[in-house]
Amino acid sequence: MEDSRREFLKKAGVGSLIGLGVVSAVNVVTEKKGEASSRSSNKSGTRWGMVIDMSKCPADCKICSEKCHSVHNVPEFRKPDGSADLKNEVKWLWKDNYNNVFPSKSGQFLSNNLKQKEFLVLCNHCENPPCVRVCPTQATFSRPDGIVLMDFHRCIGCRFCMAACPYGSRSFNWFDPRTEDEKHLVGGKNIDPNFPTRERGVVEKCNFCAERLAKNQIPACVEACTFGALTFGNLNDPDSEIRAVLAANNTIQRKPELGTGPSVFYIV
Amino acid sequence: MIEKALVGSQKYYAWLTILIVVILVGLYAFSQQLISGLGVTGMSRDVSWGVYIAQLTFLVGVAASAVMVVLPYYLHNYKQFAKIVILGEFLAVSAVSMCLMFVLVDLGKPERMLNLFLHPTPNSILFWDALVLSVYLGLNIFCGWVVLQAEAKSVAPPKWIKPFIYLSIPWAVSIHTVTAFLYAGLPGRHYWLTAVLAPRFLASAFAAGPALLILLSLLLKKVAKFDVGDEAIKKLTTIVTYAILANFFLVLMEVFTAFYSNIPGHMHVFQYLFVGLHGKSALVPWMWTSIILGVFALVIFIFPKLKQQQNILAIGCIALFISLWIDKGICLIIGGFVPNPLEHVTEYAVTGYEILITLAIYAIGTLMLTVLYKTALGIKKSVA
Repeated sequence: MEDSRREFLKKAGVGSLIGLGVVSAVNVVTEKKGEASSRSSNKSGTRWGMVIDMSKCPADCKICSEKCHSVHNVPEFRKPDGSADLKNEVKWLWKDNYNNVFPSKSGQFLSNNLKQKEFLVLCNHCENPPCVRVCPTQATFSRPDGIVLMDFHRCIGCRFCMAACPYGSRSFNWFDPRTEDEKHLVGGKNIDPNFPTRERGVVEKCNFCAERLAKNQIPACVEACTFGALTFGNLNDPDSEIRAVLAANNTIQRKPELGTGPSVFYIV
Repeated sequence: MIEKALVGSQKYYAWLTILIVVILVGLYAFSQQLISGLGVTGMSRDVSWGVYIAQLTFLVGVAASAVMVVLPYYLHNYKQFAKIVILGEFLAVSAVSMCLMFVLVDLGKPERMLNLFLHPTPNSILFWDALVLSVYLGLNIFCGWVVLQAEAKSVAPPKWIKPFIYLSIPWAVSIHTVTAFLYAGLPGRHYWLTAVLAPRFLASAFAAGPALLILLSLLLKKVAKFDVGDEAIKKLTTIVTYAILANFFLVLMEVFTAFYSNIPGHMHVFQYLFVGLHGKSALVPWMWTSIILGVFALVIFIFPKLKQQQNILAIGCIALFISLWIDKGICLIIGGFVPNPLEHVTEYAVTGYEILITLAIYAIGTLMLTVLYKTALGIKKSVA
């Protein structure tokens, strides 16, 4: 059963490419010859990516992350006094300061704009994901379309992937995310039946809305953003909207020096 | 053979009872952890490994250090180690067993543990670590038991055991190297991302392990009237001395590289451990205790007049063992997670459940060691 479920997830990924009609042309010509590149694994197929335009992202807006956490049944653990329980926190999409999101970038004399902004943080769906490399059971794996997924039914909860992820994108279910009690509350959320809840003891993270892509829908956060700050698309398709955005703007990735090849780009 | 462990003095039974009580208390704590989840530990999103994995790391070193008696005895025919070699092998058995238990209690889904072998993943170092640890456990039980059995029958050990003993020598090095690779290959964890991590692990292991073996030998002399011989203790003392020096040397290499290069990411964990970072300093007292005890031990081990007196030597061994336990069994793993990848400083505070479970696993290891030593000494005494 488990294998067939994995196969389904993988095929759903391939199927979604065709469904969206974004079968990209084989594109080797545009790559400059002799360019030193360690990340050139999947030029011909699809590689999903995202551009976050921080000039369009308002400072205290949380629409996208709230939408994400609600459609994916991300639990909210609270302390007895009702405040957020940061120790047992689970999060897929959230905001943090420029200096924290880009610690290896210059932090001196930041513009007022950058000081005020909070940057969106999510799984980078790396081309060379360290989390996949270290997982001892292949519970976390890369799909052919570049999405890094979790098999919640195979994960043994060793948390090696959390130690390996250089972006802090992974969360662990320290307590049962399904039960509600006074101490650690899920937050009285309405469970969305379109996405499975998790069990205690497994790791989870942003899945680039693989379940929505399979239904020809764009990710929930992109759909929810009313400011047009998020662009999602096929990085390998030179005619895609996301490539046009990347060609027209200066963008940066998080910690590119680690060779992970993040698929999330930022317009600062 | 094992029947030798079933009869003993009242003190022996009292000792076993104490261990079993500690184990039962720990089992209760473990059942609570199973019921509520790993949330009952101090681990968090940011410090996602705690004392369990830190103990694994430390004990792999203790296990690997058996090679420091096996190698001289079997490869160089160093006869003075004749009595101590079985103590080293059985210490390895107990230590590796504890390692595997620490992995088990750290899993969020222990019932899925076999997925490690049902879905073998050669690119994962954890897969290799579980594999080499299991094989090392088997090798040491097997070699120790076969040689002991021969001794019980007053015959020479069978020749076919030799290849297994020789295999256990590089295997001991491999278990600690692979364990270091768990950490040393992770991008973005600066404290671990260093080529000297595996050599440093081996150096500290070859200091802490033989120091424990000296202590156990001195203890057995007192409580069981079993003397491994002064020459064996002396030789182990020399091994420990060089290993401490090698370990200090490698630690200083790390400090130099981090601070002379002045790269913030490389300095952060050292700052957190030695002076605190962003006002958070939970591990600072531990780290300094480790340094002070380590230097104190080094003085004892360097001056021949000090280490020749077995009482002072014992104090030196205790100081050294605690120093290296703090360094590897607390600071190295927990400190490595601070600051987190987003450069926030989140601290880890161990909980009562973790302490009880950790103590219980140490008690299981000690119980195994007691029974194995009792058997070995019983045979050695009945033959003599």
